Formats: sequence, structure tokens, C-alpha cells
Amino acid sequence: MSAFIDPYSVGGKTPEIAEHAAVLVIGAGDTGMAAAIDAARSGTRTVLIDEHPLDPSLFGLDVPFHFGQRANGSVQNQGRALDQIARSRSRLDEAFEAGVDVRLGVTAWAGFVNGPTAHGLPKPVIALADLNRSWLMSFDKLIVAAGRRDLGFAFPGWELPGVMGAAALHALIHRYHAFAGRRILVLGGGRLGFGTALDARREGFDVAAIVEAAPAFSAPKDMIEAAETAGIALHAASTIARAEGSAAGIGRAHVVALDDALAPIAGSERTIDCDTICLALGAVPNIELLDQLGCKLTYRANQGGHVPLLTPDGKTSLQGVFAIGDCAGIASDEDGPQRLQTWTRAALAVGGLDVAVCQCEEVTRRDLLEVRPPRYLDRDSAGLRARNLQTLLADGPVNQDQIKRLTRAGMGTCQGRRCREQVTALLALAGGIAPEAVPLPSYRAPLRPLPLSVLRDGHEHPGMRSGWDVWFGIDGQFDPYWTIER
Amino acid sequence: MTAMKGAQVVIVGGGVTGLSAGWWLARLGAEVLVLEKGIVGWEASGRNGGGASHSFSPLFLEEQRLWPQMDELLGYPTEFQPYRVRIGLTEENMAMFKRQMAIAARQGFKADVLTPDQVRELVPLAGDNVIGGAFYHYGGHANPQRTVQAYAWALQDRGGRILQHCAVTGFLTRGGRVTGVATDRGEFGCDNLVIAAGPQLGQIAAQLGAEVPVAPARAEMIVTEPLPLMKHGGTDGNALYGRQTLRGNLVFGGGPHEWLEEAPPGARAATTPLTRNLAGRLLELFPKAAHVRMIRSWAGIVENTPDGRPILDRLKTYPNAVVATMSSIGFGLSPASGRAIAELVLRGHCDFADLTSCRLDRFANLDPDWRRDRGWIQADAPTSAPAQA
Repeated sequence: MSAFIDPYSVGGKTPEIAEHAAVLVIGAGDTGMAAAIDAARSGTRTVLIDEHPLDPSLFGLDVPFHFGQRANGSVQNQGRALDQIARSRSRLDEAFEAGVDVRLGVTAWAGFVNGPTAHGLPKPVIALADLNRSWLMSFDKLIVAAGRRDLGFAFPGWELPGVMGAAALHALIHRYHAFAGRRILVLGGGRLGFGTALDARREGFDVAAIVEAAPAFSAPKDMIEAAETAGIALHAASTIARAEGSAAGIGRAHVVALDDALAPIAGSERTIDCDTICLALGAVPNIELLDQLGCKLTYRANQGGHVPLLTPDGKTSLQGVFAIGDCAGIASDEDGPQRLQTWTRAALAVGGLDVAVCQCEEVTRRDLLEVRPPRYLDRDSAGLRARNLQTLLADGPVNQDQIKRLTRAGMGTCQGRRCREQVTALLALAGGIAPEAVPLPSYRAPLRPLPLSVLRDGHEHPGMRSGWDVWFGIDGQFDPYWTIER
Repeated sequence: MTAMKGAQVVIVGGGVTGLSAGWWLARLGAEVLVLEKGIVGWEASGRNGGGASHSFSPLFLEEQRLWPQMDELLGYPTEFQPYRVRIGLTEENMAMFKRQMAIAARQGFKADVLTPDQVRELVPLAGDNVIGGAFYHYGGHANPQRTVQAYAWALQDRGGRILQHCAVTGFLTRGGRVTGVATDRGEFGCDNLVIAAGPQLGQIAAQLGAEVPVAPARAEMIVTEPLPLMKHGGTDGNALYGRQTLRGNLVFGGGPHEWLEEAPPGARAATTPLTRNLAGRLLELFPKAAHVRMIRSWAGIVENTPDGRPILDRLKTYPNAVVATMSSIGFGLSPASGRAIAELVLRGHCDFADLTSCRLDRFANLDPDWRRDRGWIQADAPTSAPAQA
């Protein structure tokens, strides 16, 4: 028996699911590649997707990494980029031999499953896109191996070309062979900072210095010794005060020593010449897709922050969905949220309150603490002057999504990738609470900024057109009130 | 402050309707407490197009009178911008605009029909597929999320209180009056009650023995990256509603909704592949925006009454209780709906608008199967053939 269904509802308008994978693996890093090869060898039809080579314009948007305009022009050449990416994937031949259906240059921009507020899908799907179109792929089993991204950190001048993240630097050096810098200042004295510096040095780039706000470097002893041997200047108990340069990019950085209270020591400022400043305070697990799908998350400060809640065999809270590799948690020692918290404290002391934390929307630390609206609005009414983070906190626990609505921090084209952890750090410091007590601002589809022409459904269900109303299509809802029977 | 005290008027629901009512009540000198289960403006109020040109509504005149003054009245920015441009791609679109123009004209508001060239001149993103348009010399649009917070702050500035993260569990009654509200954070006494609980309205009103028919549904919106500002941000059409924000983002929604058996309180409303259909529609509306990137989407749960019209009325059984739902069209009318509710509470009737069409008793003889009759039922997943390998 089929009941009458509102023609203006989604009922019966199932979207086309173009493909199906028994196993869909997202991310062709070492972990994802290994999982895909294993799955295919066991005789399961396996699709492996990876978004690299990226849509060239994403480099300019700092998505997915904080590239800081330090990719050279070669990334615009899709053929060369594809070649570079294929070469950088060491087990690609093995994957082909095992029968893995490998798709490079394909991005997973959303996942859709039925849940408490959506019921219409016949199967769970991942929404994919390449340069030209988007489509849906259903799966029996989804393995997310989405890796990590950069942790942002603001200082005066960080919007200049040449300020970039460690994951971006790694990608440009090793995957794209397209890094346009020469002399790098590394911020972050943990395993990530030293690892990044030593790697860059091995690849023939100059490393000007490694700077760490904490009193001592937390990197392993052998790394510190290797950096000393290589002649890299090491500045612990120091932070960057500002960077200077021109439209062409960074020219130099000013580094200042910090006392035990993380306050700047007068007269201690030194200038370091560099064309690149690499943020290596930590990395962030790429939980975007897992969060957007609705997987339960948990907070682990020693694994990079928010990570999926997993069973020992890698199962998420969603049936058939697994997370492996860095996106499931990064073994980070002291890198990550804790280090960011220390650096943020130092930045506040060094006088960084008027630094734009959110570059896209130009939201400064002061704007966040004073909960100020954007500059195109009147920001100085008596009412607004009396409102700030503390008055908002008096109404209830801090919530980053609420701050985002009011200040626009994280609302920009980089989709909050450069600022969201910094906003968390600042809210935690200002609210006197632990970073994990600040709710994660939600990730929304599309997880990559995609052109409307790519996103559009090329195979729209005919009912989408016939049953499309501007609102609910309720008979009489828009009749003038005076015509209504009494 | 440890002891939580009640108020002259307790409002259940910190959405745009409840907050506006609270603000108006506080303006009129009443002592107000708003109880919100989550964060103000988090559900339906956080998900709408921000438009303000509802010529069919008895609250239209007041809506038009108030919006241009709201920033000043509230003391906080709402991002209100006047006027509305409508782009017609089909005869059907044009017929709708003309019908709306006639309804507005009868109430004294002016609008012009636009030629395709005039549309393209006003809207640089429009294309050759335009067959005409309309310019409303009234209406406008504002930022829903900022406006909700503006109501909340303005209400507090007038001495009202808002308690967030406080869920209502029941009511205290005596002698045909509601005397208090029971919550998970204690009881709050009241002289008057307003229930403006959006998708949860039906369940909450049922606790007072009142049958308030509302059906929850999920609807979706998309947002693009910022673009240079067009002359008028309130520009829509092609059966989409929405606007260009003052920041330059295109924010649009429309199309199929999904009826839900119930509105799960606090659940993050899911977006679905409908996002792609919205992208396609927006591309038809603005062909020159093909390269523009969508950066975000979101969904919300809104409620509708059986005839799609508001219920703004006192309960017969408990006359000191007012129920309020705008039936999914609450944001734009909120400056006026709040005032109407305040008058219902304090005077028992609304002086400035005819709320006859908003009375609850029009549903007195409603068929219990009304949702099924209308096909407003949850669309369960189609039974699919086994997946093709």
C-alpha cells in the first residue's frame, strides 16, 4: 500500500547514485593505500580516491592545506601535477596490480547517510567531484584515511605570501615538487617542527631557525642534535613578534625572547631573514568528512584534538564506516592543541590582540574577545560596546558556532581551516576552560569550496523540477489573509 | 544569583518569535523570562532566507513599518536592507510575482514589472534566460542569525532574562490558569505563559491538554563564497528564496523539504544531496556565477500548521497561555509577530492587526489523520534493488 506523498517533499525523489563500491577508501596516503590493496587482494571490489592533484585554484584558497602562496606555477599544469602525484605514491603500481580502482584528482566533498533528520537515501553515499562534475557513490564499507592538515597560528604579517603550514610544505616538496621558497623559518619546536626543518634541509632548502615559545624544545634529543649539527639556529623560549615583506612575500621575521610567564623580554628582539615561515605547531586530524557524516567524536589533546570515537578495530559510530591513519588521531607528543595554547598565550602577551585570526573575514583576536560584528556594520553602538565574550559567557557555555555567527570568524572561503583551532584556543583562554570544553564548530558540506557548475546535479530526478516550490507548496499559504474564511 | 525565580511572563522557546515577543513585552514594561532548551536562535530561526516581504499576512503592514527602524529600536545591527528584486525565468514565476504585487498594491505598496534588460542591469549575474522581473519598493532582508542575537540582547537590555540550556518538562496549573513552568532546572512561576517552541510546539502544548497541530520538516540552504555586491542584495527568483549578504555571499534555499515524524530536539539537521539541486537552481538564476564556489550548506527543522498559516492565540482552557507559531514563515514577520503576541498576552487581543486567520479554533474539527491526508509523511528510504557491482 503506498500512501499519498506531498509532491513538494523529497518523497520519491531519490537522487541518482552513479556508482557503488563494496569498499571505498578515501585518501591514498600510506595508510589508505595499504587498506585498499589489502581489500582488493581479498577479492573485494575496492575504489581508492585521492584529491591530489588538486584543482589548481584550491592552492590559492589554502585548501586543504595552508599553502601560503608558496606553490610555484607548475601546479597549474594538471598533466605534470598528475605525473608528480602518481610518482609520489610509492605503492601505486602494486595497487593497480591488486585490482584497486584508483581515482586521482577526485575529492570527497560530503557523505550522506540516513539519520534522525533525514531518511530518504536507499544507501549511504559519498559525494565526489573532479574538476568538471560531481556524483554520488554508494558503499558497503567506507574507510576514511583522510590524513592531517595544518594548524593555523596568527601573528602580525601572517597574511603575507610565504606563511604556510607544515603539511602544505611537505606536500609541495614531496608530492608536487613545486615549493617556491628558499629559506624557511620554522615555528614549533616539537617533533613536527624539527622533522619539518630537517626534511626541508635534506631537500636542499635553507632553514633559518626553529622557534619555540615553550622554555624548551620537546622534540626528541636526536632531532635536536641533528638540527644543531646542521647549523640551524635554535630559539626556545621565543616567539615571532611579526613578519615583514612586500606583496611578493615574506622578507624577514622578528623574533622575541620570552620570560617564564611567556611575556616578551624587552630588548631581546632579533631579525631573521627568510622568505617562508612554516607553521609547525601541530597538525589537525582531517575529521571533516567524519564529522559531516555524523560520526561521534571525542577529544584527545595528545592526538591532535577532535578525533573520531573508534572501536579497537577502527569502527566509527556509523555502521560500515572506519577511520584509519592520521585522521583517526595523530601521535603528536606535545604538538597540537597544547602547543597552540602556549603560543596563543605568548601571542597575547606580545601584543597580538589586533591580529586577524580569521584571514578570510578579517576577524582579529580583539574582535573575538569583544564579539564585534564585521567592519561593514556599525560596530560602535552603545549596546555593542557593552557586549563582549564575558557577557556572552554569562548567558551560557561558550560555543564557537555562536561566535562564528556574530563575528564571522571561520565563515570564509578557506572554510575555517586556518582559524578554527585558534578560535578554540582563544575562547578557552578567555573563558578559563580547557580547549576540549569548547564545542567543535560543525563541518558542513561541501568540504571543499566547489564551483556551482561542478556541484550541480547533472542527472536530476524529474520530480525535482515538477515538485519544486519556492517554499512548502501548501495550498492557500500565500493567499491574502482577508480572503480566508472566518 | 542561585535561586531561579519566575517572571510575570515566561516564554518557552528562544527562537525569533519568542525573543521578539519577549522584547516587546519588556518594552511594554512586563517582567520576562525566556526559557530555551539550547542556544537562542539555534533551530528554525537560524535557517531561513532573511526575507521580509509577506504581503499575504495580516502582520504585513506592521512588518513594513517596523523593519526600517529595527536597528535603532533594538540597538544592535540586523543587517536590514530595503527592497526586493525578483527574477522571472518562467511564466509561472512571473504570474506569482504579479499576484504578490497585486496583494501588496491593495495594501498601498508599490512595485514595478521589469523587462529582461532592466533585470540584467540591476543584477549583473543574471543571464539571457530572464523573461522578466519585479521590483518591490517595499520588503527587504536582514541577517537572521544576527537579528536573533539582537532581539536577545535588546530583551536583556530591558531587564528581561534568558535562560539557555533549560528544557521544559511540564506545567503547573491552578484554577484554569498556568501558574508555573517545570524544567530540568527547576520550576518557574508565571502570571502569563507564551509557548513559541517551534517544531516542539505540539508536544509542549499537549502538556497543557491543548491540541496544536504542527508538522516538523527539514529544509536546506546553501552559501557561496563572497562576490562583489549587487545593487540590491534582496534578489531572488527561479523558485529560490534568499539574498546576497552584506559580505557578498549568495545564500539561497528552496525546493523539496522532508517531513519528519518528530523533531528530535537538539539534533543537527542533516543536509542531503539536495544541495546539488540547489546549486543547479542557483546556477540557472545566476548563469554568470557558474565558477562561483559554494562554501557551506546547512539545514534546519521548521514547523507548519495544516493550512500553512500562523497560530497566534490564547488557549481556551488556559486563557493566560498564548501559543505562537508562524508556520515556517517567522523571521521576516518577527518584528510584528512579537508585538502581536505581546498584545495578546497583556490585553487579550491585538489592536493593530486582524488575527482572525491565526486562531487555533479553526482546527477544532481537524481530521486526526490530517498529516496523512496531506501526504506530509516521512519519506522512508525506497526499498532498493541489491547494489550492482
